[in-house]
Amino acid sequence: MKILVTVKRVIDYNVQVRVKADNSGVEKENVKMSMNPPDENAVEEALRIKEAGKADEIIILSVGEDKCQETIRTALAMGADRGIMIKANDDIEPLSVSKIVAKIVEIEQPGLILMGKQAIDDDSNQTAQMTSALINWPQATFASKIEIEENAAIVTREIDEGLERIKVKIPFIASCDLRLNEPRYASLPNIMKAKKKPIDIKSAEELGIDVKPRLENIKISEPPTRQKGVMVADVAELVQKLKYEAKVI
Amino acid sequence: MSILILAEHNNDEVKASTLNTISAASKLGKQIEVLVIGNNIEKISKEIANYQYVTKVLSLDDQNYENAIAEKIDPAILSIAENYSHIFAPATTFGKNVMPRVAVKLDVAQISDVINIESEDTFIRPIYAGNALATVKSNDTKKVITIRPTSFDVIPKEGGSGVVEAINFESSENHTEFVDREESNSDRPELSTARIVVSGGRGLQSADNFKLISDIADKLNAAIGASRAAVDAGYVSNDYQVGQTGKVVVPDLYIAVGISGAIQHLAGMKESKIIVAINKDEEAPIFNVADYGLSADLFEALPQLSSELDKLNSIEK
Repeated sequence: MKILVTVKRVIDYNVQVRVKADNSGVEKENVKMSMNPPDENAVEEALRIKEAGKADEIIILSVGEDKCQETIRTALAMGADRGIMIKANDDIEPLSVSKIVAKIVEIEQPGLILMGKQAIDDDSNQTAQMTSALINWPQATFASKIEIEENAAIVTREIDEGLERIKVKIPFIASCDLRLNEPRYASLPNIMKAKKKPIDIKSAEELGIDVKPRLENIKISEPPTRQKGVMVADVAELVQKLKYEAKVI
Repeated sequence: MSILILAEHNNDEVKASTLNTISAASKLGKQIEVLVIGNNIEKISKEIANYQYVTKVLSLDDQNYENAIAEKIDPAILSIAENYSHIFAPATTFGKNVMPRVAVKLDVAQISDVINIESEDTFIRPIYAGNALATVKSNDTKKVITIRPTSFDVIPKEGGSGVVEAINFESSENHTEFVDREESNSDRPELSTARIVVSGGRGLQSADNFKLISDIADKLNAAIGASRAAVDAGYVSNDYQVGQTGKVVVPDLYIAVGISGAIQHLAGMKESKIIVAINKDEEAPIFNVADYGLSADLFEALPQLSSELDKLNSIEK
């Protein structure tokens, strides 16, 4: 079985994002970029499934500008086998990405697709669900545990009320939660090895996918900032403030 | 054309997120119809028909829909989608699971987690964990939207005079099967709608120590929350998590204890009216958003807070 894993290059989760002065977007110049965190969990899960002898190849797919090859390399250094990069604008919408993934599925015929549940840049949380609907495979979103069986898998999903378990037939698509596993670090020898692993580069046009955006960004603005508050000396003062100043208790 | 709202419920009770979503839709001044999909939902369908702004409830009542399986729900929505200009659902794990499926099959770009509605086609949503707000205009003919519940007030549960209409839809989907669900049972107020939230972080050091948090929560009739670090460490279960990938809360009072205040946590609580931070490290970023900060060892501060609250309660009695 082949596993297809999607990864996205995003501003690193530790970076304090700044809105550009002209409200056209956020500052990406000289900002540290990394693999979207839950995508790392997706890569890690694929590696564990392969190590358990339940898959034989892991393909990494990324859609974006040239530099997203670095993100594919990171996944290859973790242990994935080969990469596919589809050139497109970095602000491509989930709708278009899901069409690209569906096309790659048609070409590669994987038995399982793993994605991060949400990209921490646009916070859309859509691509896995859209892809599932397009290719008519079952979806297991927000997965915190995946148990692969003969022709199906039991997936534990993190939902607002707690945990839910569903049984999905293979092939299926899962969107991974941060608690699915602890992603490994790439070792130096593996980083060297990854440099030789193949990455196939195509454009969305070559795949025949229309990626024209449907949404227009009118403006990107700074959220209202909170006024800095006061430090209190002790618990007694805190309770007094909450009772008589803020009047919330 | 009217707006269709996908109701969130557990067959027995309507979730508050449905009321917030109706409230958001009401900003557009159009007719609002609510689709309820579930099993034995006669009671809640009637209830929703009485909600303010609701003109019609479409009730799809069948044992096939007992557990919200996304692949079964989207075809039912699509079967009636042509009658509506907008389709709204709450941006909860329920709505997030279903709506992108609807959007892609209609070939429209979904707008996720909307916090403000400017017009019929223009919406505001947070990006980058709320560190930026995007004003986006949709050029699609139909708008598929998820609404961040905490950004809109709940509507009154009466004042409407909608009708209930039963609809039928046969779902052929059988690739996904519900196994079971583990819900945290608690007598406390629900985290996403509580007036007061007391949250604990890694500073609590163990699941046992979370008793210090529940003691304070009991005295304030508050919900309990947690940072991702505390959930990852197994102190409490995942449904307690507040933050970018957890729940967003906007209580009147949010008390963060032993939480450093990573960007991802702030994304889930920084709209709270009053924020209190208790942390040993005076440099912790949580103090930058706190209205009242107390730099102290939580293992001393929480028992003190508990007895101060007792004093307050005894004065009031």
